[in-house]
Amino acid sequence: MTREQIRSDIFELLKKTAPETDPTRLGPDENIREALNIDSFDALQFLVAINEKMGIDIPEEDYGKTTTLKSLTDYLELRSKAGN
Amino acid sequence: MSEMIKITYREALKAGIREALTNDERVFLMGEDVGRYGGAFAVSKGLLQEFGEDRVMDVPLSESGFVGAGIGASLAGMKPIVEVMTVNFGLLPMDQIVNNAATMLHMSGGQINVPVVIRMSCGIGKQLAAQHSHSWEPLFAHIPGLVVLSVGTHEDARGMLHTALEHPDPVIIFEYTSMLNREAEIPADAGPMDISLAKVRREGKDISIITYGIGVHKSMEAAEKLAEQGIDAEVIDLRVLRPLDEKCFLESVVKTHRALLVEEAWGSINVSSEVSARIMEKAFFDLDAPVKRLGGVEVPIPYPLHLENASVPQVDDIVNAVIKILRP
Amino acid sequence: MTDFKMPSLGADMEAGTLVEWRKKPGDLLQPGDIIAEVDTQKGLIEIEVFEGGILDKYLIEVGDKVPVGTPMASLRPEGTTGVPAKEVKEQVHPIQEKEKPEEAQATEHSEKVNIPSKEKLSEEKSFKDKPSEETSSEEKLSEEKHRIKISPLARTIAEKNRLDLSGITGTGEGGAIIKADVEKAMAAKKEEKHEETLEKKIEEQVPERPVKEQKTTEPAAAGISPQESIRKAVAAAMSLSNREIPHYYLEKRIDMLKALTWLKETNQQREISARLMPAVLFIKAVAKAIDSAPALNAVWENGLQLKNEINIGFVVSLRSGGILVPAIKNADLKSTDEIMISLNDIIPRARAMRLRSSELSESTITLTSLGENGADKVFGVIYPPQVAIVGFGSIIDEPVVQKGMLAFRPVVHVTLAGDHRATDGLTGSRFLEALNNHLQNPETL
Repeated sequence: MTREQIRSDIFELLKKTAPETDPTRLGPDENIREALNIDSFDALQFLVAINEKMGIDIPEEDYGKTTTLKSLTDYLELRSKAGN
Repeated sequence: MSEMIKITYREALKAGIREALTNDERVFLMGEDVGRYGGAFAVSKGLLQEFGEDRVMDVPLSESGFVGAGIGASLAGMKPIVEVMTVNFGLLPMDQIVNNAATMLHMSGGQINVPVVIRMSCGIGKQLAAQHSHSWEPLFAHIPGLVVLSVGTHEDARGMLHTALEHPDPVIIFEYTSMLNREAEIPADAGPMDISLAKVRREGKDISIITYGIGVHKSMEAAEKLAEQGIDAEVIDLRVLRPLDEKCFLESVVKTHRALLVEEAWGSINVSSEVSARIMEKAFFDLDAPVKRLGGVEVPIPYPLHLENASVPQVDDIVNAVIKILRP
Repeated sequence: MTDFKMPSLGADMEAGTLVEWRKKPGDLLQPGDIIAEVDTQKGLIEIEVFEGGILDKYLIEVGDKVPVGTPMASLRPEGTTGVPAKEVKEQVHPIQEKEKPEEAQATEHSEKVNIPSKEKLSEEKSFKDKPSEETSSEEKLSEEKHRIKISPLARTIAEKNRLDLSGITGTGEGGAIIKADVEKAMAAKKEEKHEETLEKKIEEQVPERPVKEQKTTEPAAAGISPQESIRKAVAAAMSLSNREIPHYYLEKRIDMLKALTWLKETNQQREISARLMPAVLFIKAVAKAIDSAPALNAVWENGLQLKNEINIGFVVSLRSGGILVPAIKNADLKSTDEIMISLNDIIPRARAMRLRSSELSESTITLTSLGENGADKVFGVIYPPQVAIVGFGSIIDEPVVQKGMLAFRPVVHVTLAGDHRATDGLTGSRFLEALNNHLQNPETL
């Protein structure tokens, strides 16, 4: 999976979670949940959706690495290279 | 809020005419004694000197003749303001108004509009006796093809003429003799007023007083008196007697569930009759009491002042009628 | 034969619009079956039946907007056959169609008083003394002599509320019954009715509510956006609560270290889709703590009425603003896993405004949880007719004194808003203490 693919998947799933927002306008270091007003239930659902789409199961202790667009993309890129 | 100025009804009417003459060269004023004499009620005083004989035109004592001439001028592209001194003489040009002004658009298959504006002074003056005290708004409001306006406030006196002149069809404007000297405050920059809608002059929840013309300020005074007794009356000024803005008064009745209809015209087969019928047709199930009318007593208006006063609804009559409806 | 009526989905609901029938006349219905879909201020709601039977006849049509309590369909017991349609002539008055003179007439005759007025009788008779009518008009006359004088508005209100007019004294012109008289009679009837229905199940109760004037002025739900209608529903319920319920507030800080540790260990062994959220523990702990303070699991309707089922209304905020409070039913009997499954089901449906009637009407206590990164504390407003709301703030680290030592611990500030008519601070305090104990033993939840 390329970085571009990962980003576009993220955008797609964020858009599903917060339909009235434009995730593509997120700054790389902005806190995603704060910027898009996503509550804890939807945050979990978003990670579930990532798992379904990319096959990457993010353990709870790594949740902290998924807070910004940049850190989340980095994290998913690393995980997908590591063959999950 | 813009600055408010104190102005008489007469001055407000004059300001409207003056502005119309200033702004559009096609506009001219014609009528009996409107020029040299300054108008029977001094509404057009000084306008002849200011605008000249082509724009302010005295005409012979022949209503049928000069109203017909005004209609002709409007067909030829002018914008005449025809003044019929009072509605009492309004029967003489009735043929011109009904058979020409109101009918031409239909007879020409929609090709010819008649953009004439006819002003008439109306209602009881002060002791002018039976032949000069008529309230004939209902006669004219009966005729399809006309727009019939009733000038119940100073702002409307100032601003209705402008909008009437822009209307493609004949507009009859009723002004009220007894209000000419009455003073009120209007915004210094008061301008054109809408001529399609009725207006809620006072909001209230207990009853809708639906009226027009002189009835407006009488009803407003009555509403203030009623407020002292804990009754919250809404006052609707119909303003446009044809075509009626029924949405306004129906919404009001749906809110208050009661209606009192007030006018000075003779009590039966008048504007209130029509308003009442529409309330029955369209808001029946929202009524909590029978609709009541308060109109003029059906007699020739008497000369003696006390009898003249007794022949049309006064403030206390309105107050009493409302109380009777609300506290039977 | 029983009528299935437009259910009340909360103190804020006045009417609903039938969008779709899900069952046909002749269908056998089991309790819990969805009979219809109804549009309300809270979105499209699937309406369930509470007793079985055979759907006999529709009493309203798709598109009709009817007040709460209006019969929508008639049901007959299993094994019986239908009556001729003629007999089940509808007594329904959809809000849009206000002008139905024949119906008004029909009901009027059924509301005859039995005391004939001599005065009236003679009046009527002299009126219709024509011989041609004499023979056939006896019946007609007997109907007319009992004619009740009533304003059109008062009649409309009375019919919507199925009010018997016979006992009402009119204070309008000529002794006519007017709106004020009808409203007075309804208020009196409401009190009576509450006594009668004390034992009935909540879902069968049809709270009488005065027909508000705005019904006629505002265009039925049409033309109002879901956001606006939700806003209005919240506004109505919360205003009612603030007006009628004397709230008391308690707060307790609860140490979450054990609960979070347990949650972490549990989630570690699970796939992401099976992981639990802290809210699950809150819900379960609240359900169990009710054991220690059953009076909080109740409704206030002419006195306190305790509920056996523990149905926890969980506040779901909508992205466009406003909230919905679907119930997690029998939360005390569900495992934490089952509660998580419920949340996964109910939250997305709430956000899409696609809930079922029972989910909106059967909550017995409300729980609101702010989740992470929110405010520290939340003081709730009770959703009538419930008597309590529990509020969970964000889980935050705070210094805590532990065995004489200062330590940092994750804590949550839990508040309880109680209806002081129903319970006192002591009850609430006992509840919060029990809640704390349950959260200190997460493995037993």
